[in-house]
Amino acid sequence: MSVAPSADAAYVTDALIAEDIDAYLDTHRHKTMLRFITCGSVDDGKSTLIGRLLYDSKMIFEDQLDALQADSKKVGTQGQEIDFALLVDGLAAEREQGITIDVAYRFFNTEKRKFIVADCPGHEQYTRNMVTGASTADLAVILVDARKGVLVQTRRHSYLCHLIGIRNVVLAVNKMDLVGYDQARYDAIVADYAVFARSIGIESFTAMPISGFKGDNITARSPNTPWYQGPTLIDHLETVEVLSSRDADKPFRMPVQWVNRPNLDFRGFAGLIASGSVKPGDAVRVLPSGKTSTVARIVTLGGDLDKAVAGQAVTLTLADEIDCSRGDVLAAADAPPQVADQFEATLVWMADEPMLVGRGYWLKLGTQTVSATVQQPKHTINVNTLEHLAAKTLDLNAIGVAELATDRPLVFEPYADSRTLGGFILIDKLTNATVAAGMLNFSLRRAQNVHWQALDITRDAHAALKHQKPAVLWFTGLSGSGKSTIANLVEKKLHALGHHTFLLDGDNVRHGLNKDLGFTEADRIENIRRVGEVAKLMSDAGLIVLTAFISPFRAEREMVRAMLPKGEFVEIFVDTPLAVAESRDVKGLYKKARAGELKNFTGIDSPYERPEWPELRVDTTAETSEAAAERIVDHILGARGDMWMPTI
Amino acid sequence: MTTTLTHLQRLEAEAIHIMREVVAEAERPVMLYSVGKDSAVMLHLARKAFYPAPPPFPLLHVDTTWKFRAMYDLRNRMATESGMELLVYQNPEALERGINPFDHGALHTDMWKTEGLKQALDKWQFDAAFGGARRDEEKSRAKERIFSFRSASHGWDPKNQRPELWNLYNARKHKGESIRVFPISNWTELDVWQYIQLEGIPIVPLYFAAPRPTVERDGMLLMVDDDRFRLLPGEVPVERSIRFRTLGCYPLTGAVESEATTLSEVIQETLLTTTSERQGRAIDKDAGGAGMEVKKQQGYF
Repeated sequence: MSVAPSADAAYVTDALIAEDIDAYLDTHRHKTMLRFITCGSVDDGKSTLIGRLLYDSKMIFEDQLDALQADSKKVGTQGQEIDFALLVDGLAAEREQGITIDVAYRFFNTEKRKFIVADCPGHEQYTRNMVTGASTADLAVILVDARKGVLVQTRRHSYLCHLIGIRNVVLAVNKMDLVGYDQARYDAIVADYAVFARSIGIESFTAMPISGFKGDNITARSPNTPWYQGPTLIDHLETVEVLSSRDADKPFRMPVQWVNRPNLDFRGFAGLIASGSVKPGDAVRVLPSGKTSTVARIVTLGGDLDKAVAGQAVTLTLADEIDCSRGDVLAAADAPPQVADQFEATLVWMADEPMLVGRGYWLKLGTQTVSATVQQPKHTINVNTLEHLAAKTLDLNAIGVAELATDRPLVFEPYADSRTLGGFILIDKLTNATVAAGMLNFSLRRAQNVHWQALDITRDAHAALKHQKPAVLWFTGLSGSGKSTIANLVEKKLHALGHHTFLLDGDNVRHGLNKDLGFTEADRIENIRRVGEVAKLMSDAGLIVLTAFISPFRAEREMVRAMLPKGEFVEIFVDTPLAVAESRDVKGLYKKARAGELKNFTGIDSPYERPEWPELRVDTTAETSEAAAERIVDHILGARGDMWMPTI
Repeated sequence: MTTTLTHLQRLEAEAIHIMREVVAEAERPVMLYSVGKDSAVMLHLARKAFYPAPPPFPLLHVDTTWKFRAMYDLRNRMATESGMELLVYQNPEALERGINPFDHGALHTDMWKTEGLKQALDKWQFDAAFGGARRDEEKSRAKERIFSFRSASHGWDPKNQRPELWNLYNARKHKGESIRVFPISNWTELDVWQYIQLEGIPIVPLYFAAPRPTVERDGMLLMVDDDRFRLLPGEVPVERSIRFRTLGCYPLTGAVESEATTLSEVIQETLLTTTSERQGRAIDKDAGGAGMEVKKQQGYF
């Protein structure tokens, strides 16, 4: 083989293993752990560096090495020499294209530490994978190709690492062998990076000249760079302070994951301690309720503990029977975290589908899951220039600052103080995909100052006067499916029976309340949100509300359903096949859409998401409008039976 | 005062946290139990995570009928000790057709394990299955998330994995879809061995060296575990001091010659060895460089 191991493989301890395995194991069990990431521009040599670290620490076995040598000759990019990148690029597509697509996690040991390294992709379209790798890292190794210097990706990744809270940064100027170990070149790159680092708030970083391929300054000081006096990469990784240990000095916080209730005599609260420490007898507060108690026991399989610290997974029992369940946070009674429902947050968008302003997403923070809506971004950040740009939404890989509101109060801390109580993900309610990573900056005062005014005439009183139970009959279906026709008939019948009704029609509302809205996805969501709010106010007033809107998205129909008391939202799916609706084309809209004169037309170039469990479905190819209306009225008056009576 | 946890303490806490998240968010979790050393660690971690309650999910052994006898013994003992329900599943079609590693080669793994696993998960409608896979085992595993999402037909899409940030796991899925969960993703083989030693976890005796009847075939040392083993013409079992680094179906799993009879000695050998752990398994070699990735896309664990 053509690549020699580093001259002084400082972290290979074969001798001790062979002579005194028990002594070696004793050292190993007391090791700490450092998680770091390697990032930088494409072809800066990330995978090669990791291959080198694994190789020098003997984490590559003979059979793997044989395969590697064979592969290197076949598809490698290093001529007859070993192509370490092939070792870490694990997916078939990556090996074929010679690029890193996804984060790969690798492991190696030295005498002092165990390391987990996340190898992150450099290509811009995989930035979300890089953020994933960075979120669990204590340190970042930013690689720069000595021939190319600081590039766009270098800046982008540095910014992301800083944003995600990594405070230990190593600038590894790589491929020094290809610039003749030129000190002037190295100094120029370091100076260039220092200017950029300062501008984004990186207070300090450690720079070093290396060659991942040749092994310079990886484990041993290289004779090729006599002008460099700093530590080798391994020296630095072994001795740098692990910042997560600082969590131990903060006030106690533990998000409750699971309530352990094996029998009537035991009620334990299981969780991972996010910060601080806890002892039996400590006063704790349950948030958001604010109730207090004291810790009785710290229970483990190996016996009760006297103390537990940040990073440990424990089960606590409390001295008092107080309400506490998954999603609550146990905290030091005298220093509890805040509770709020409106925030400013920084978001990294990770989905192909752009963010939809006003759309409800699941927000998961610690063990809390709530529904959240995001406002139009205040700005997005151009990571090359650090300019703040105006934006209407966030696209894949965009970073932006926006306000968000949750449907229930969240127990939180600013992300700068706590990754656990400040970091969150957003989940699409329909696809269940993780669409964004977010960091809470602070809560908005507005949330604390707007209160509900208690009203003396209740919604029940309004309904009682009208001798009816309010409802929202939500007609949904394609344009031309027959929603308005049937809704009109239903309203006439209810009116004739003496009920107080009101019909909100899609076209009519767009002439007034919603005349500022267009037909983009975001505007359609806002259209439905407003109609939902109006329908809710009208039902509060005791009316039976009928709405006839295409309302193509399941998420918004579910949003309106969630606004109303259980049973009051009646989803009526007017199920007319596209071909039938198009052949009717009452308003001539399909013709225009087909001709390309109308954009975002449901069924043509914008999707219609069919209701999964509508209360009623009308098949207009099998039933007349008159019969359908009759059936709807029967269903409502019949099925809702006793509910139809005033509740007072 | 600052207490820095050791790497094993951090790994243990991470695994326990993951198991509790699954129990809190999944409807019907199950722990895949293959009786190997990684399964032994997984079971131990589960008992710690939910103590004093027993782990609130069953153990599932997808059996091939070709495991070593010592494995069946330990399996039954551990199920009793942990107080957990043990489900054993054998693919009825493989049973009926008498699929075996001697006559059927790759089909043996496919029908008993890949198909058997899918059938078992469907039969009991499990929506989350714990597995003991580690990222240091194999290249495509190094890229897999801790919560690894599977389609209703159990497929894995490596190019479209959910971003997994901090220790926030997105366990949401549609009906029929499921999640494979790997709580010891970040452990290495050494971590597993050392944890077994520190915690005194019972493992199958085959991991320790002892004189056993063996034959050498295609460069692998195979143990003759029962009279179903078909000797080729001229083959005579020879007693050698051997042990196993990894345990699967006995005719597919190669042994190594060894004198290591204690855990310390086993770890010593492991550290000084020059071949990787899965080398003793035929499965990785089936489809060239991407063997495991292809198997996983088809639904193999």
